[in-house]
Amino acid sequence: MQHIVLRHMKKGQSGTIATVKASGELGRRLLEMGLIPGTRIRIQGRAPLKDPVAIRVMDSTLTLRNNEADHIMIDITPQ
Amino acid sequence: MKKQILVALAGNPNSGKTTLFNQLTGSRQHVGNYPGITVDYKEGVLTHNSRNVQITDLPGTYSLTAYSMEEIVARDYLTSAGPQVVINIVDASNLQRNLYLSCQLIELGVPLVIALNMMDVAEKRGMHVDIEKLENLLGVPVVAVVARSGKGLDNLVETAGKVADEGQNRQSDKISYGEDLDGSIQRMRNIIEKHEFFTESCPSLYTALKYLEHDEVLCGKGREKDATIAAELEEISNRVSDHTRKTLGVYPEAVIADHRYGFIKSMLKEGIISHRFEQDRLYTSDKIDMVLTNRFIGPAIMLAVLYGVYRFTFTWSELPVVWLENFFGWLGTMVETSLPDGLLKSMLISGVIDGVGGVLGFVPLIMFMFFSIAILEDTGYLARVAYMMDRLFRIFGLHGSSVMPYIVSGGIAGGCAVPGVMATRALKSPKERMATLLTVPFMNCGAKLPVLALLIGTFFSDNKAQYMFFFTLLAWFVALLAAKFFRATVLKGTPTPFVMELPPYRFPTLQGLAMHTWERTWQYIKKAGTIILGISILLWALMTFPALPDDRTAYYDEQRRQHISTSANAMSTGNNNHTDSAEPASTASSMVADTTTIDDINRREKKEALQHSIAGRIGTFFEPLSSLAGFDWRTNIALVGGFAAKEVIVSTLGTAYSMGDIDAEAALPLGKKLKNDPAWNKVVAISALLFVMFYAPCFVTVVCIARESSWKWAFFSITFNTIFAFTLAVLTFQLGSLIA
Repeated sequence: MQHIVLRHMKKGQSGTIATVKASGELGRRLLEMGLIPGTRIRIQGRAPLKDPVAIRVMDSTLTLRNNEADHIMIDITPQ
Repeated sequence: MKKQILVALAGNPNSGKTTLFNQLTGSRQHVGNYPGITVDYKEGVLTHNSRNVQITDLPGTYSLTAYSMEEIVARDYLTSAGPQVVINIVDASNLQRNLYLSCQLIELGVPLVIALNMMDVAEKRGMHVDIEKLENLLGVPVVAVVARSGKGLDNLVETAGKVADEGQNRQSDKISYGEDLDGSIQRMRNIIEKHEFFTESCPSLYTALKYLEHDEVLCGKGREKDATIAAELEEISNRVSDHTRKTLGVYPEAVIADHRYGFIKSMLKEGIISHRFEQDRLYTSDKIDMVLTNRFIGPAIMLAVLYGVYRFTFTWSELPVVWLENFFGWLGTMVETSLPDGLLKSMLISGVIDGVGGVLGFVPLIMFMFFSIAILEDTGYLARVAYMMDRLFRIFGLHGSSVMPYIVSGGIAGGCAVPGVMATRALKSPKERMATLLTVPFMNCGAKLPVLALLIGTFFSDNKAQYMFFFTLLAWFVALLAAKFFRATVLKGTPTPFVMELPPYRFPTLQGLAMHTWERTWQYIKKAGTIILGISILLWALMTFPALPDDRTAYYDEQRRQHISTSANAMSTGNNNHTDSAEPASTASSMVADTTTIDDINRREKKEALQHSIAGRIGTFFEPLSSLAGFDWRTNIALVGGFAAKEVIVSTLGTAYSMGDIDAEAALPLGKKLKNDPAWNKVVAISALLFVMFYAPCFVTVVCIARESSWKWAFFSITFNTIFAFTLAVLTFQLGSLIA
């Protein structure tokens, strides 16, 4: 199983969230936006300065700073 | 059937809640504010089947945790005795995440109706929602609506009415939270129900879950209510936390969230949504974003858009501004000719018409600016701007979302810090919010523009446009640096999460645009009608009283009499001597010279009168200090007036230079006077400009800052800004004078 962070994913690449290790307010925000293990996500793109990253999750587009996204490990094993 | 029902609207941001609210209540709505908290709510009414329906629009939230004021306010309202039914707006094209809040509303046990909005968007995306199945699985009525067009709204209100009448006794046991938690939840519920711990306002399941989530607000309330029970519940909760951390590596709230989504997923799997297209398809908004947030094209388009707003605002508002100017000019003439000379007339013209007219004359410009901002907001483009700017703003300790308050406060071309300060509410993080709040007054608001126009137009007329642009950039530069400074000193703290949704691009409704524009424009006008009117009159009084003592007036009268008699003698002598040689020209010119000298005497009298008045004395008092920056006593008067409202600076300057009634736009005569005045030159002009741009915010903004934070911060803002601006002005003047 290949696990990587969002920072290293390419535009258009998809994967499934494996783990989310964030606590406090960030943890809660990620939870309520649906960023939980088992959810499929896709990299939509990145801002002109490479940060934040825009991802498609559960039919909506979310933007996350790279250092926030670092808390999420994605399983990119091809389905 | 109840005669009056109270309805609460809850839902995610961007779910169309506001559109729905506007459609239901139309103009019969008003904005309210929870006392002591910087959260607004909207209330409106509608009549349906001859009964009164009162609707409260709660802040848009994704969840009901205790992490933000909006969420706390929303759930407090929902657990209060207030609403008889809650309408939960759910975006059908974004069902999965929207239902997360619905789950929590079900846990909260409130009588619920789900308004399934944006069915049209869902259809376009090839998603079909089986409403009946959803109703059955959730156990809650679901009504399909398209808020934009008003479709399904009658049905919705009808259904809500029914639910309110029946007093829906909600069963909140639909979701299982897994074997790690369910046992403890049941034990906690038993304790809660036995002791009726908060059971009057919320179901035992809700309270138990909040304890497991370590909800600070509820835990605090619990300890206050009954310390023993609270301790018992907290103990169970802590044991569960330890267990889940050891075995699953996460806190219970993650497990709870996981199960809520699990419940939603299982519902969807039962065929609630059928997809016509392949699911990984790019939506239209995504395709647009590929261009608009592209690495190179994105920023270029953004600059083009901002520039476009700038041009649009200035060009289209020109005509209405001229109309208003003419109107006030005419009004001034009317008063001039119809009223007898005296204090009342003087007050009306210099105080009221000049002061207020100057401000109201800018309303078209402000309105067009706010209209442009409303378009950027409602289409969803502003979220993209925040997204693209976030990395840059982070350098200064701010958030991408800070860009909006800056633009509203005058970041592009005029604006107002009052709605700008209020716009900082969108920033969830307290530190970033304060930093933005304290620095938006540095922007070039609509009140500072006339000062810029006057000074740049007079002393730098060759490169007006470039200089205006330069000073706009300077304002941004200073604001961002100041924010960085604050975030590194008085507002230190870790940055808060930027997790932000990019809503799909939407075509704004005219009604929505009109409301957004009008809300902010009205704030500006209200300020003019009240504060500025009062300040203008006060300033007029300060500059008029005390009047010159009788002996001085007599002195000037004597001067004039002497002058008239000497010139009359000169004329008659001249006529006698030059009866034959026709030299009408010299006589005419000597007559003109005589009138000019009378004017000189009048001016000298006015100047002394001004110096004698309270305002004059204040100005003179500060002169030793202000001269370091190149300001004389007359400039000081104008700047002191500017503490109250920047709009009065130009008119006060005009009066101080005894030009009489100066209206800000046609400031050329004042400009000329300044140019010819030895106390003024290019260096002084820049020094004055810098001071005006950055010193204390106007009185209304200060009050806003105090309301949004505290009076401590408001005073800090006044003091810091003024000291900073003065230092800058002094440096500029001293260095500039050395160089020039």
